[in-house]
Amino acid sequence: MKIAIQREPFEVDAELDSLSRGNASIGALAAFVGLVRDSSEGASVGRMTLEHYPGMTEKSIGAIVEQARGRWQVIDCTVIHRIGELEPTDRIVLVAVASAHRHDAFAACEFIMDYLKTRAPFWKKERTLEGARWVEARSSDDEAAERWGEFAKPERRG
Amino acid sequence: MTVHLLFFASVREQLGVAREELPLPPGVGTMGELRAFLRQRGPAWQAALAEGRILRTAVNQSMATTATRIADGDEIAFFPPVTGG
Repeated sequence: MKIAIQREPFEVDAELDSLSRGNASIGALAAFVGLVRDSSEGASVGRMTLEHYPGMTEKSIGAIVEQARGRWQVIDCTVIHRIGELEPTDRIVLVAVASAHRHDAFAACEFIMDYLKTRAPFWKKERTLEGARWVEARSSDDEAAERWGEFAKPERRG
Repeated sequence: MTVHLLFFASVREQLGVAREELPLPPGVGTMGELRAFLRQRGPAWQAALAEGRILRTAVNQSMATTATRIADGDEIAFFPPVTGG
């Protein structure tokens, strides 16, 4: 299992290759790549800055991956999330899951991504023509995470 | 008791503080009590930690609630709902 929070770009091909290389029990690899869009909430976005909580971010992604392993048959997985300065078309996040069969790989990949969006401490600040602004959390992301069932009940607000 | 406070994203910017060691008076034993105590530190604190504002909190890097108890030496973080991915 690989979890990395990094400033540097990542190579999807290289990551998928190292995830599955030499393991003949893997029959399926599902990967999600998130990119920086050039627009958000109707405004044009130039660059953005990604901030995280060192220590807790890694720990929370590790816990999300463990939950996925408890629900689906996951042979291995890679989660890479970039921080720092990013611009449109840059890749922000990679979630890749290796499994024996596609159903487990697809489901675990989507689950990890939905949970990461609502649980892992990252924050985006966008620079638009109107100035810099912190991205607001979206209730549609909470709903996406909640559909996975009882593990996904939102935290009580503290 | 003394705690180690951390603030992230918009909360950090509003307060102008990223981290701080803070001795707490007796009677501040839960996250809810801590948040109320911090609000009394001035207008910026009142606004950033306003009662109606939806914030997330963590104690020792685990998500916390208003009822979570705090202890000497704890690492306590305040931040807005997350927006990664």
